[in-house]
Amino acid sequence: MSEKMLTVELDGISHQIPAGATILQAAQSVGLEIPTLCHLKDIDPIASCRMCLVEVEGMKPLVTACTQPCSDGMRVFTRSERVVEARRFVLDLLLSVHNRDCFNCAKNGICKLQQYCFEYGVEESQFDGCTRPNFPAPDESNPFLIRDLSKCVFCRRCVRTCDKLQGRQALSIQDRGFHSMATTSFNTPWNDTNCESCGNCAAACPTGALVTRDNKKGYRSWEVRRVRTTCPHCAVGCQMDLLVKNNRVVGAEPADGPSNRGLLCVKGRFASYKFIHADDRLRYPLVRKNGTLQRATWEEAISCVAENMKRIQAESGKDAVSGFSCSRATNEDNFVFQKMMRAAFGTNNVDNCARLCHSSSVHGLAITLGSGAMTNTIRDITAEPEVILLVGSNPTEAHPVVGAQLRQAAERGAKLIVVDPRRIDLVDQAEVFLQIRAGTNVAFSNGMIHICIRDGLLDEKFIAERTENFAELSEIVKAYTPEKTAEICGIDPAELVRAAHLYAQAEKAPIIYCLGVTEHSTGTEGVMSLSNLAMAVGKLGRSGCGVNPLRGQNNVQGACDMGCMPAQYPGYQKVTVPEVREKFEQAWGVPLPAEPGLTSTETFLGIEAGTVRGLYIFGEDPVVSDADITHVKHMLEKLDFLVVQDLFLTETAQFADVVLPAVSYAEKTGTFTNTERRVQMVRAAVQPEGEIKQDWDIFYDIMNAMGYPCEKKEPAAIMDEIASLTPSFGGISHERIETQGAPQWPCPTKEHPGTPILHVGKCSRGLGYFYPTEYKPSVELPDEEYPIKMVTGRMLYHYNAAAMTSRTEGINEICDSSYIEISRVDAQQMDISDGERIKVTSRRGEIETTARVGDKTRPGEVFMTFHFPDGNVNFLTSAALDAISRIYEYKVCAVQLAKLDKEGRSYAVQYRSACNPHYC
Amino acid sequence: MKDAETLTGTPTEQLAKVAEIASAYANRPDMLMHVVTETQKIVRALSEDVVEVIAREMRTSKGRVYSFITFYAMMSTRPMGKYIIRMCKSSPCHVVGAREILDTVMDFLDIQPDETTADGLFTLEHCPCIGLCDQAPAMLINETPYGNLTPEGARQILREYMQREGACEA
Repeated sequence: MSEKMLTVELDGISHQIPAGATILQAAQSVGLEIPTLCHLKDIDPIASCRMCLVEVEGMKPLVTACTQPCSDGMRVFTRSERVVEARRFVLDLLLSVHNRDCFNCAKNGICKLQQYCFEYGVEESQFDGCTRPNFPAPDESNPFLIRDLSKCVFCRRCVRTCDKLQGRQALSIQDRGFHSMATTSFNTPWNDTNCESCGNCAAACPTGALVTRDNKKGYRSWEVRRVRTTCPHCAVGCQMDLLVKNNRVVGAEPADGPSNRGLLCVKGRFASYKFIHADDRLRYPLVRKNGTLQRATWEEAISCVAENMKRIQAESGKDAVSGFSCSRATNEDNFVFQKMMRAAFGTNNVDNCARLCHSSSVHGLAITLGSGAMTNTIRDITAEPEVILLVGSNPTEAHPVVGAQLRQAAERGAKLIVVDPRRIDLVDQAEVFLQIRAGTNVAFSNGMIHICIRDGLLDEKFIAERTENFAELSEIVKAYTPEKTAEICGIDPAELVRAAHLYAQAEKAPIIYCLGVTEHSTGTEGVMSLSNLAMAVGKLGRSGCGVNPLRGQNNVQGACDMGCMPAQYPGYQKVTVPEVREKFEQAWGVPLPAEPGLTSTETFLGIEAGTVRGLYIFGEDPVVSDADITHVKHMLEKLDFLVVQDLFLTETAQFADVVLPAVSYAEKTGTFTNTERRVQMVRAAVQPEGEIKQDWDIFYDIMNAMGYPCEKKEPAAIMDEIASLTPSFGGISHERIETQGAPQWPCPTKEHPGTPILHVGKCSRGLGYFYPTEYKPSVELPDEEYPIKMVTGRMLYHYNAAAMTSRTEGINEICDSSYIEISRVDAQQMDISDGERIKVTSRRGEIETTARVGDKTRPGEVFMTFHFPDGNVNFLTSAALDAISRIYEYKVCAVQLAKLDKEGRSYAVQYRSACNPHYC
Repeated sequence: MKDAETLTGTPTEQLAKVAEIASAYANRPDMLMHVVTETQKIVRALSEDVVEVIAREMRTSKGRVYSFITFYAMMSTRPMGKYIIRMCKSSPCHVVGAREILDTVMDFLDIQPDETTADGLFTLEHCPCIGLCDQAPAMLINETPYGNLTPEGARQILREYMQREGACEA
């Protein structure tokens, strides 16, 4: 960036403006408002609305401020008589074809046309009478949005948002001149297009042409208070404004955050507030009496928890209780939870649901690089690279705002390599698509490294200076020739070679991966084999590169960072290191256990063995989300004492002895750490209803009741305690985030700017470690009895156990029941048609669901999600564990399909796999 | 292909030809004009199924192709006649009697501008300048220009087309 400054005079006042800025940017930078309807930040200006016309001395015609660059000595008049007259004319023309029913318009009060007409005194149009007739009736087919073209000002912000930012092109401009309209192609009802209902178009619309239903029905712009906060769904960490009316959240709008850049997805925009006020929110504690859960006072509930936990520990030892913390809750809540487990209960049996998604990343990346987190920022890995290697990740559905930014990347010319068992949406924009068999990631990475070695694509300097153990790795990958790898993965060897060359030869190329890599019995090895690949070609520790796991929940990164893990205190400080333990013992004033505790998955094994008898589950729903649900239910029944703290009486809570009402993200203050390690504020928008207490408040009460005297702290003070004990959080405080923006850890001191890119110059562990590993097949593979491979994953409209999303009507209107994706080839062979109800059985259970026949899955593989109670795939999934991270092998198990007759009885169908049975 | 055919019923073999043209320009948005003009020589309308094939093969979106097509007067999403008559309505033609020629053609074919004859032979369009001002009033029939028109001359031209197609006078 040139730092050359220009002297520009705006309305008689001289300013220093950086060279390259437009007049509009210059004015905005000094707080001078120039009206505009069509300008969109970050997108090339189109000068279409003509509202930003200004007068420049020496230029005869008026110029559009959005396109005219500043020059040195330029004198600009933004409100001269000529300018005002020109703007009045523009408004006059717009008003002539505008539906002026402001009374009933949802945007009344924030409509820019209304505002400018008021400001410029345009009350009616001199062109009235020649208005354009025949606007189509408003399109109300979308469950969340209404599009009324009679209120459109043709600014194209919606179309350009959908095209350039969201990358969907569901809306486009039809026709031209007087007849142009922002509409769907062929005027297809909105609902039948590829629109994802993200609502970013409506957020961009300056008038009432695009509005949300909730706005239209629920509130006026002047009635709502806006509270900036962080989205509660996935870990992208989108910033948004909650709109609050009478202590109720009535809407959400995208804000310009570092990771979302003004975008939200359908979940953030529309499924992040209805659940807060749902009728079935828990509003007071429940205690099981005579076999049923009954209303209780807080004192009763807290003492019941403490007494039972104390009793169990007295009978069976400190480690007979275990706690699962909540990766949807704040860092502050998580910190206090693990402090409660360690200091008050005296056990390291504390875990969070990262165990079920990215524990493989945490372990794998810690072993090879020294830090178990995403290495680069979202912006950096989407805006910078020439090539992007996407492995086992479907961000379009699971991390939609990253998905949109990857579409933007492809659009600007970045080459996508998609490695996935399914033909996911991004394949449409991919340069190379490797549809590998589920569970063959390690073979894929080894094959890539083999090609890099064979074809001289290694970064020898990086390997020599920054890493160790390469020789052993190269020995192992010798066997992974393109032909052998392709045979294991079920792909074309030539395409694999092409992918390796593309990735290795790009100057900037990140690896982005997700649960398709981690949720295997070889998940940790899958992660390490990817970091092997990145190190072998030197794509680490610099911009546009790195190894980037997209974390799952809004604060799963934070729950791990806060030490809700059995072997680590906050900041990944090991419980086994005496000096570390002493530090915490000193701070908390009690002796702490020296041995690592049980993971959540091991806790269920402990219950089975009778060694774990008491369990505290904070905000997790294992009866929905864990593998092999039938087994999980048996284990919960077997427990002596179960506490569940949640927003709703979840399926898991129904097994509980005590149920404590939890606080949603909209009712609490604290921080979430997103997938790029950015610690962002969560701000309370509404007061909790009923007797609901803050989560941290409950933990303090329980600590005190357990006999561990503990002074209550508010979230800001809790963060100060975190900072005092956690080197990587040393410089982070609420005050700093509020005043200086959200830093990325490691941020050891108040002066430290935070760390956008990890492993720059040196890996966190010193030398990067190549962890050589052989490909091992999944534990349960298809056989004669269960001939089909089940792959699991997520879909766009629901989030995990769907506690939040399924309480939003519009979401359920789009999708509210379970389905199974089957390839056309298999469906034909088994005579299964699209939409047919079928039965799916594994060794662990059976469910009924609806067939979706298509081209997404490979022949021999089927796909399901666990969002829907009417057919949850976790009744089928395998609880086989990864040896290192103890994650379940969610991604692969073997099933059989059966058709249902008229009476609903199932009958078997013959299936003969079309592919190599050895690897399928 | 089958799904596409049931949408608006462009014959499968025509869609296959469109796919062949468009697939040569995958990731080449700059070639959309070429693809669409070539496509128009094959299909009767740039209907939804045709647009879907173009978008898929060129690896762009339906919305972009649709927006492009509706922008240009010489592209149509509706079925067009075998012969598209483009009557110029710009000033040079207007001042030397284009209106009379238009009325003659409308009367002779019994259609209004933007309509197609019942036998699917002719579509009439009233369009801006076609660059034949030196021979005004003028019209185009597909790619053949006709200038210095008189009402009887216009009728004669249309008669010849009809005879060539074995159609009767309306």
